[in-house]
Amino acid sequence: MSAPEIDRTLQRLAHEIVEKSGGTKDLALIGIVRRGVPLAQRIAQAMRGIDGVNVPVGVLDITLYRDDLSKVAPQAVLRSSDIPFGVDNMDLVLVDDVLYTGRTIRAAMNGIFDLGRPKRVSLCVLVDRGHREMPIEARYIGRKVQTSDTEIIEVRLQEIDKEERVVLVDRVE
Amino acid sequence: MSTKFRDLLALEPLTADELGFFLDQSKPFQEIQKHPLKKLATLRGKTVALAFFETSTRTRISFAAAASRLGADTMNLQAEASSLKKGETLLDTVFNLNAMKPDCLVMRHAASGATDYVARHLDIPVVNAGDGTHEHPSQGLLDALTIRDRLGTIKNLNVTILGDILHSRVARSNIHLLGKFGCKFTLCGPAMWVPRELEKIAPGTPIRCVYRIEDALEGADVIMMLRVQTERLNDPPLSADDYILLYQLNAERLRRASPNAIVLHPGPMNRGIEITPEVADGPQSCVLEQVTNGVAVRMAILYLLISGATETDTHPVLQAKSKESANASD
Repeated sequence: MSAPEIDRTLQRLAHEIVEKSGGTKDLALIGIVRRGVPLAQRIAQAMRGIDGVNVPVGVLDITLYRDDLSKVAPQAVLRSSDIPFGVDNMDLVLVDDVLYTGRTIRAAMNGIFDLGRPKRVSLCVLVDRGHREMPIEARYIGRKVQTSDTEIIEVRLQEIDKEERVVLVDRVE
Repeated sequence: MSTKFRDLLALEPLTADELGFFLDQSKPFQEIQKHPLKKLATLRGKTVALAFFETSTRTRISFAAAASRLGADTMNLQAEASSLKKGETLLDTVFNLNAMKPDCLVMRHAASGATDYVARHLDIPVVNAGDGTHEHPSQGLLDALTIRDRLGTIKNLNVTILGDILHSRVARSNIHLLGKFGCKFTLCGPAMWVPRELEKIAPGTPIRCVYRIEDALEGADVIMMLRVQTERLNDPPLSADDYILLYQLNAERLRRASPNAIVLHPGPMNRGIEITPEVADGPQSCVLEQVTNGVAVRMAILYLLISGATETDTHPVLQAKSKESANASD
C-alpha cells in the first residue's frame, strides 16, 4: 500500500466506524502502542471531517498484559499508556496496524478491563493477515492479505518511521 | 550502553541514562496506581523472596505490594523469626531460601555490603532494600521520581539534607543519584553526624557541610529530612530538646528556602522532633507521594529485573522520542 492508499483506507474506516456506531456518541478510539497510536489519531482526525466532533483518543501499551513475558525480554521495555477518559459505558474501538495471532488484542482487552467496563469493544486494523490463534476478529478492516508464516507485513508510518508504506516482506532469519 | 540490570545493589555505579531509564519505566506503574483494578498478571507464576534481616515496615510492605500488583507471589523472611537467631550463617539462610526457587531476592541487612556479598553467590536478581549505612537504591529512585513530578526536573537543584547523615544510606543513595544530574548538596546537622569527610563521598558532586540550619536552608529547592534515631539522641552530648532547638524544620525556618521548595522524609517521621506537624502536613510536604511512588518504583524494579528488559532494547526511534520527552520534562 502506498501513502495515498493508506490515507484513503483510513478515511473509509473512519466513515465505517461512524456509520456502524450510529454517530460518535460515547465513541472513543484506543491506539495500541506503537503504530496503532498514529493510526487512531488519523482516524479521529478523519471523523472530525465527517461529524465535526472530536472523538477522544487513548494510548494503550500492552506490554504488561502479554502472555509471553519470558520469551520476549527484548520487547519488554514499557511505554506509557494514556487513556484520558473513563471507559465505563463507552463504545471503544481498538486500533492497531496488523491483526495476526490475536494475542495483542487479547492483552489489550485485559488492559482495558482493568480500567472499567465499556459498553462495547470493537477492533479496527489496517491489515488483517490471518493466522489467528485466538477467537478474535476485527469489525473494521483496511485490507485483508493472504500471507504465509514466513512473511511479515511491514507497516511504516510517517510519525514513527519517517516514511509511509505497507509491504509484504520475507522474514529474515 | 549495554548494561543489563541483573541486580540493583547501589545507585553509585549507574549512569545518569540508566537512572533515568529506571525513572521513566516507573511512570506506567504510577498510572496503574490510579486504576480501579491495580492487579496485573505480568509476573504471574514468579516468586519474589523478601529477606529482611533488619526490621522494616514500609519498605517490606511496599515491595510486597509491588510484587503482588504485578501478579507475583512473595516468600517472607523476617529477622525475628529467622534461623539466623539459631546460629545459621547469612549465606546458608539465603541458599535455603534460594532452594525454594524464587525468581528474585529483595534483601535488607544491617551490614553495609551484605547484599553485594549475597548477590555474588546467587544466580537470581538481587535487590538491595537497604544495607547498613551504604545504600537504599529504591528510596533514592522514589525520591527522585517524587522531585521530578513536583518540580518538573531533577537537574541542577539545590538539595539540603538534614539530620543524621553519617548513618544514612538514604542520604548516600540520593547524593549518588541526584549528583549525576548536576544537583548541589548542603548537608546539615550536629557535627557528630555531619563530618567533613562526607564532602568527598561523591567525587564531582559539590557537597558542603553546614552547621546552622538557617544557612543550610537558604535557597534550597529540595529539603530532605532524615529520621532522627531517638536511640542515638540519648547519647551525650545532644538532648532531644537541643536537637529541636537547633535543627528542627519548622515553618519559620522553611521560609528561608526557595518559595517552591519541597520537603521529603523517608519515614518513619518523629513529629515534633526533626519536623513540626505544620511542615509535615503542609503543602510543601511530599511524604505521602513518596510512599505512593515507592510502590511504582518497586514495581518497575521487579519488572525490569525479572523480565530482563534493558534500555538497549528501546527502539532507536522511541529512544529518540523518549529523550525528547525527557528533555521536555527535565
